[in-house]
Amino acid sequence: MSEQLGVMPAQTVGPYLHIGLRWPDGPYVVPEGTPGAFWIRGRIVDGTGTPVVDAMVESWQADPDGRFDHPDDPRGARPPALAGFRGFGRSETDGQGCYRLLTVKPGSLPDPDGGTEAPHLALSVFGRGLLHRLVTRLYFPDEPAANAADPVLRSVDTDRRGTLLARPASDGFRFDIHLQGDNETVFFAV
Amino acid sequence: MTTQDTRADGGLVLPRYRRDDVDAHPPLLSPGYKSTVARAPRHPLIYLPQRLTEITGPLLGEGRLGALDHDLTRQHDGEPQGQRIIVHGRVRDGDGRPVPRTLVEIWQANAAGRYRDARDTWPAPLDPHFEGVGRALTDDQGRYQFITVQPGAYPWRNHDNAWRPAHIHFSLFGRAFTQRLVTQMYFPGDPLFFQDPIFNSVRDPKARDRMIARYDHATTAPEWALAYEFDIVLRGRESTPFEDEDDDE
Repeated sequence: MSEQLGVMPAQTVGPYLHIGLRWPDGPYVVPEGTPGAFWIRGRIVDGTGTPVVDAMVESWQADPDGRFDHPDDPRGARPPALAGFRGFGRSETDGQGCYRLLTVKPGSLPDPDGGTEAPHLALSVFGRGLLHRLVTRLYFPDEPAANAADPVLRSVDTDRRGTLLARPASDGFRFDIHLQGDNETVFFAV
Repeated sequence: MTTQDTRADGGLVLPRYRRDDVDAHPPLLSPGYKSTVARAPRHPLIYLPQRLTEITGPLLGEGRLGALDHDLTRQHDGEPQGQRIIVHGRVRDGDGRPVPRTLVEIWQANAAGRYRDARDTWPAPLDPHFEGVGRALTDDQGRYQFITVQPGAYPWRNHDNAWRPAHIHFSLFGRAFTQRLVTQMYFPGDPLFFQDPIFNSVRDPKARDRMIARYDHATTAPEWALAYEFDIVLRGRESTPFEDEDDDE
């Protein structure tokens, strides 16, 4: 086996992430007007309950058919049937610590071990005071059967699983992220 | 243990990315950097086996770049103040393989050490000809290049008389969700390293050194610009995708 090169360490995005990472179309995983599209909105709070106004959330997800337009998907890369579907979203937090993403629900995914993953979004959280991104997942509250069988949810203690479940909201779903505290969101090592 | 042979679908074998060493990245809770105290999670991270969502990722950038996005000295009518520098390097994975066609985003303070951001209010001059934002796509060999000006150091309120060493923020996607990385590039010989808790949050000195660009005289443009080389290594893949992963927490 060849010698591994040392990876570049992570560093914080710092307080001025907005100037470098703002995309006008960032929050739009799908274009406005896409049939079935909804908003995911949430607030990021720190361990003192203070909204985190200098953070950014990125999302990554399968298309509604559970496919990725990516060469490493062993089922084959497939452009999404849904016009304008990007799979990726990026939203900085506003003055109230809130982010927003316009998307559609992804399909469920086959698990290499034979099971099925429930529809989910992978989220990365970047911010001042975060020396490395935090990785979490968002699951949907209207998928109880799929969630109960999801291998990742099942790997999380039952009393913390709820932090990975979005809540219904008037125009979609609400998913708050608690960096610390009694209701600390589950974060993953990938 | 599930083995390759017993998989019902018979075909869903995924590449897998190496887990980073414990000291490869800074600990999230690094109390010298005070903002980490209320923001670093207190629960340990839960081990997430890599599945389809993690081994894929956005392959963006081709349509997102303007012709001058890589040249921060030509984005306005006039030239910015400061020492012109060429910043270039290769993006590779841990096995030394180039990471081609991947988006690299940078942002930085101007020559006086001030960001073009309403939240940056310290009394150093703004430069009307400098935005401090760049984007580039690596080529087929993983190479990228930016032209910019040497950023200045600036004070912050982390501790008494705290100054950030000059740096350029780098954001990279790689080819998979697992490879996503945001870091900072520093300059060789900076006298401010000793007191900077962000730079020093990386505990392994060899890992810290990777964040320091190399002065690259061979790439300088005579009578025009100095040059720095900054190579970036993202996580590599496991050599055998067939071993099973323990999916307990």
